[in-house]
Amino acid sequence: MKSLLAYSKDHSEAGSKNVSPFWVMVRKEVADQIHSWRFIIMALLILLTWLGSMYVSMSNIRGAMENVPDHDTLYFYLKLLTITDRSLPPFHVFIGFLGPLLGIALGFDAINSEQSNGTLIRLMAQPVYRDSLLNAKFTGSLIVISILFFSLNMLMVGGGMLITGVHIEGAEFVRILCFVVLSIIYVAFWLNLAILLSVKFRQTATSALTAIAIWLFFTVFYPILVQIILKGILPDPSMLGPEQMAIYNEIRHNFLLVIPSQMYTDGTTTLLMPVVRSMGPLTMEQMAMAVPTPLPLRESLLITWPQVSGLIAATVACFAVSYWLFMRREIRT
Amino acid sequence: MEQPIIEIHGLSKTYGSLKAVDNLHLTIQRGEIFGLLGPNGAGKSTTILMLLGLTEPTAGTAQICGLNASRHPIPVKRKVGYMPDNVGFYNDLSALENLKYIGRLNGIPEAEVTTAAKEMLISVGLEAAMHKKAGTFSRGMKQRLGLADVLIKRPEVIILDEPTLGIDPAGVRDFLELIRRLNQEQGITILLSSHHLHQVQQVCSRVGIFVGGQLLAQGSVETLAANLFQADPHVVQVTLRDASAVAESDLLQLPGVTKVDITATAIEVSGQSDITPDIVRYFVHKGYDVTGVQKRTYGLDEIYQRYFENNLKENEVHNEKSTGLFQRSFRGRFKKR
Repeated sequence: MKSLLAYSKDHSEAGSKNVSPFWVMVRKEVADQIHSWRFIIMALLILLTWLGSMYVSMSNIRGAMENVPDHDTLYFYLKLLTITDRSLPPFHVFIGFLGPLLGIALGFDAINSEQSNGTLIRLMAQPVYRDSLLNAKFTGSLIVISILFFSLNMLMVGGGMLITGVHIEGAEFVRILCFVVLSIIYVAFWLNLAILLSVKFRQTATSALTAIAIWLFFTVFYPILVQIILKGILPDPSMLGPEQMAIYNEIRHNFLLVIPSQMYTDGTTTLLMPVVRSMGPLTMEQMAMAVPTPLPLRESLLITWPQVSGLIAATVACFAVSYWLFMRREIRT
Repeated sequence: MEQPIIEIHGLSKTYGSLKAVDNLHLTIQRGEIFGLLGPNGAGKSTTILMLLGLTEPTAGTAQICGLNASRHPIPVKRKVGYMPDNVGFYNDLSALENLKYIGRLNGIPEAEVTTAAKEMLISVGLEAAMHKKAGTFSRGMKQRLGLADVLIKRPEVIILDEPTLGIDPAGVRDFLELIRRLNQEQGITILLSSHHLHQVQQVCSRVGIFVGGQLLAQGSVETLAANLFQADPHVVQVTLRDASAVAESDLLQLPGVTKVDITATAIEVSGQSDITPDIVRYFVHKGYDVTGVQKRTYGLDEIYQRYFENNLKENEVHNEKSTGLFQRSFRGRFKKR
């Protein structure tokens, strides 16, 4: 044992580059996530929906391409991502639905399972900063999500290229990349919410159920609630003229924009369908002189930016709260 | 004189109105095995957490290895190994993987971490279970793994919180032997907290009795006993075949004898000085059949007991705080009836 002591001291002082504790933790988190059953199940689910929506869009792409009036705005790969024959929703709609589940599955027991296992206090007795653990949990899961989404979309592009041989345009590629980044941010929001709940609640079941309850509230109940409130405070839409109707729709849309999934849907729609030029309704004046062509990338990004920043803000807010709670937390069980 | 390795000055911790640790002063020298003794909820764990910088003290300072624990927790944790009372591991990872993870967190280079972890597992006697998942480990094995986990960082001080809790007697013996060996061979200072008196007595060079957030006494077991039982420090118990005829007054005549207790077959003689030969000589001279002579030594049990007697009132107050709110209100209601 003494020889070992001398041995290890020699080496650590020789300045061999040690990995910082934070990256050691990230490494372990990534390994844990990949080996966990819930991630495997979620990844399989997403892979299946991806295969399904790819199959549907591949079989319908011919019809869609024939309808394109002008050939320099082909956007073959974007169509591949969005086209459907109504039998199955497109991939990005699936992600809008499954993304929250993925985020919740990866994060709901991040801190409280460590605490109930008795590993949290053991970790905290090591020479690591307390926030490293939280950061590592987040970073690790984020890496896993990023790899999953990147590889799926790159598979789609590569597969499409192999099958059809259609050339991919630069703008198109950037749009797809932006879509991937937006999806990652979207899942990251739910991941952070789940981590926040895992800091807040001691029981993993409580945090998981609460996260799912929040998700259900936003996907199911919030739209209904908005509908009821609007009915109460605004006049009946059927009595409104077209201009008032436009205002009505805008108010309604603004209410719905609070929902993360709405932000995500708006963002992806703009990114993946270049013909979309506004999130809200457009008036006749606005449309009057418009050329019916797809928007350039920059314009699409500008339109989608509020949504993206909203999602990022929500993610950061969740992270900040969990950070605050965790740093002030009494560590003992 | 060498600087003490642990220095606690006026350390206090309050949770709301409850004083978990109350103005604690404690000094531990390098190479000692110090036992922190006290009932559950006495503030032992809180003190330990403050020593590690895991809990912020309300007042006072804790210096460990010359570092202020609440100001510089990271260097402190590099030098101090801590084993919590409910040590837990990642159940899906093997013992070796669990240990390697902690090794990496402590900055052991990747090239050496496997060798170091294996070496540690062998030294705590877990080489056979190295690749078993930690979830399948028994309590005693987990405790050993916990010790390996503490040792892999090459600590100067080891803090063990209730290390013998829930292990069978043979396991306890092995574990304590391991601790003693570490202390002797590698000169590691050890602070352990426990409410198992006998075990602590076996290994500790010094103990501190900790009740209700206060350190009531500290010193070696012998000094504590001497201080406490000053009135009659020497007690000799003589067993006779028949003790009914012994005259108490005769025994009290002997020099230094202060108290005599006579039962059917045994006589307990308490005195100021050690007069065992005189007592035996007296009985032999009188023609009694002596079957046994036993000199009573005071152990931690008696010391502990004595302190509890002295602090019974305080204890009641302090026990109240360790029970939950529900129980308190329940008890309150119960009392009213």
